[in-house]
Amino acid sequence: MSPDNPFPPPTSQTLRRVSKWGDRFFLVLVLLATAAVVAVMVALVAVLVYGSREAIESLGLSFLYTRTWNPTGNVYGIVPFAVGTLLTSAIALLIAVPLGLGAAIFLTQQAPGWLRAPVAQLIELLAAIPSIIYGFWGLIVLVPLMRYDVEPLLSKYLGWTGWFGGNPIGLDVLTASLVLSVMAIPTVTAISRDSIAAVPRSQKEAALSIGATDWEVTRRAVLPYARSGIIAGIVLGLGRALGETMAVTLVIGNRNAIPTSLFSQGQTIASLIANDFFEVANPTEVPALLEAGLILLVITLVINIGARLTLARFQAGRGVGAE
Amino acid sequence: MMFDRPARRKYFSHGMTILTGLSIVAIMVPLAAVVYQCVVLGGSVFNLDLFIKGLPYPCTPRQGVTCQQGGLAVPIVGTLELIALAALYSVPIGIGAAIFAVEYAGERASARIIGMVADVLAGVPSIVAGAFVYALIIIYDPTIVFSTFSGSIALSVLMVPIVTRTCEEALRTVPNSVREAALALGISRWKTTLRIVLVSALPGIVTGVLLAVARAAGEAAPLLLTLGDGCAHPLQGVTQEGCALPLWIFYGATSPYQNWINLAWGAALLLLLLILVLSIASRLTLDRMARRMRGE
Repeated sequence: MSPDNPFPPPTSQTLRRVSKWGDRFFLVLVLLATAAVVAVMVALVAVLVYGSREAIESLGLSFLYTRTWNPTGNVYGIVPFAVGTLLTSAIALLIAVPLGLGAAIFLTQQAPGWLRAPVAQLIELLAAIPSIIYGFWGLIVLVPLMRYDVEPLLSKYLGWTGWFGGNPIGLDVLTASLVLSVMAIPTVTAISRDSIAAVPRSQKEAALSIGATDWEVTRRAVLPYARSGIIAGIVLGLGRALGETMAVTLVIGNRNAIPTSLFSQGQTIASLIANDFFEVANPTEVPALLEAGLILLVITLVINIGARLTLARFQAGRGVGAE
Repeated sequence: MMFDRPARRKYFSHGMTILTGLSIVAIMVPLAAVVYQCVVLGGSVFNLDLFIKGLPYPCTPRQGVTCQQGGLAVPIVGTLELIALAALYSVPIGIGAAIFAVEYAGERASARIIGMVADVLAGVPSIVAGAFVYALIIIYDPTIVFSTFSGSIALSVLMVPIVTRTCEEALRTVPNSVREAALALGISRWKTTLRIVLVSALPGIVTGVLLAVARAAGEAAPLLLTLGDGCAHPLQGVTQEGCALPLWIFYGATSPYQNWINLAWGAALLLLLLILVLSIASRLTLDRMARRMRGE
C-alpha cells in the first residue's frame, strides 16, 4: 500500500470497536421498541383490571349475570349488553357471510381478469371508510328507510314469527345489525378471497377433467380446500362486528335493557361505554364501564387469537401441500 | 349420482355465477350510497370558509333567521395535531419491533410471537383502546386525562400494530443477498440495517405508515373517552382538551341544529377525501416498489 493513500483502510481494531458499540446500541433500541409493543398488549389487560377494581370488588361475579344497569341504585350487570352485542353481530354475520363469501367466489373464480383488481380495491375502500361516517349515514338515510318502508312490511308479513314485534321506529337492533354487516363484509371477503386464491390449480383441474361444472368445481374442489381460511375470515369479521362502536351507537336506540324483538332499542357493550361515559349518574359507574370494556377485550382477544391460530395452521398446511 | 342430468347442472352452475355476481352488486350499494350522500350533502358546504372559519353558533334556519355556515378550522387542525403526535410515538416503535422481528429474530419463534401480538393488537376494538388510555392516564395525572396528548396515545395504540405488520412484510421482501453483500464489505450490522435494508424497504414502510394514518384519522370511538371537547375555541395546547374531525361528526350528527348537521356532512366529505388520497398514495408507493423489484 502506498503511504500517500488519502483513504487509509480502517484497521481491524477500530472497525470492530465501532461496530460492536453501534450494534449493541442499535439492538437495545429495537429491543425497547419490541418490548413496547408487547407491553401495550399486557398493559391493556392490566390497566383495565386496575381501573375497574372497585367494580370487581363490590360486584364480584354478579356483574356477569345481573340483568339490569342502574347507576343510581348501584346495580350493574352486563347481560343486556352482552345479549345486544351477540344478537347484532350474529344477524350481521347472517347477512355478511353469504354476501362476502359470494363476492370472494365471484372475484376468484368467475370474474373476468380486468374486473378483479378494481372491484377488490373498491371492497378495500369499503373497509377504509370510518365507522362514524357509516353511523351518520345510517342515522340520516337508513333509519327513516327502515322506519317507513322496510320494517312495516316485515312486521306485516313476518310479524307472526315474534322476531318483528313492537313499533317499528328504525332506531333498533335490526338497523344496527344491517350497518354492522356492511362493516364486516370487507373482512370476510378479503380473507376468504386470499384463501380461495391459494387453492392449487391442480385441485380445480382434477375436478374439471371429470366433467364438473363451474359451480361443482367451486363447491366440491375449491371451498373444502379453503375451508379453514374461510372460517378464519368469518371469525375475524365477527371480531370486527363485536367491537364496532360509533356506527352502532348512532342507530341502535341506546336503551339499557335486553331487546325483546329485532325492533326494540338496545345497546351493545361498545355503545354502552360510548354513551354512558359522559353522563355518569354516579361515580361508581366509571369502574363498571371499564369492567364492561375489559369483558369486551377478553371476548375479542379469544376470538382473534383463535382465528389467527387457525389461519396460521392453514398456511402451514398449505406449505406442506405445495411440496 | 353427481354427474347425471348435464343440462340441469349447467343451468344450476350459471345460476350460482349470477348469484355470486349479484352479491358484488349488493356490496357496492352501501358504498355508493355512503359516498353519494357525503359528496352531495358535504359538497354544499365545501368552500373556502370550511377550511378557515371556526364552528358556527348552533342554529336551524326558519322564518326570518339565517344561519351561518361556519367552518371546520379547529377540528382540521386538531386532527392534524393528533395524527402527527400519534405517528411520532407509533412509527419508531412499529419500525423498531419489525426490525427486531425480521433482522434479529428471523425464523425463530420470537418473530412469530411478535407478529401474533401485532395481529391480536390490531383486532382490539377501538373503544377498548380508548378505555385503556383513559384508565392509564388517570393513574398518572387526572388533570390531563381529557387532552390532545391523551387522544394521541389512544390513536397510537391503534397505529402500532399496522405499522409493525406492514413494515415486517416490507423488510422480508429485501433479499438476503443484499444483507450478505453489505456485511461482506465490512459494514456493521446496524448500518447495514439502517442504510441499506431499511432504505430498500422504504416504499413498503411508507405504505404502512399511510395505512396507519388513514385508520387513525377516521377513529372517533377512542377519542370519545380521551379527547374531551375543545372545539369551541382555537386549540390551546396538547395538555388541554382537543378537537378532531371524526369526533366532531358525532357531535354534529347527534345535534338538533341544521347548520351543525350540514357541517358534519362537510367533515365527513373531508375525511373521505383524506382517506381516499392516503389509500391512493399507498397504492402508488406499493406499485413503484413492485416495479423496482421486477427491475424496471
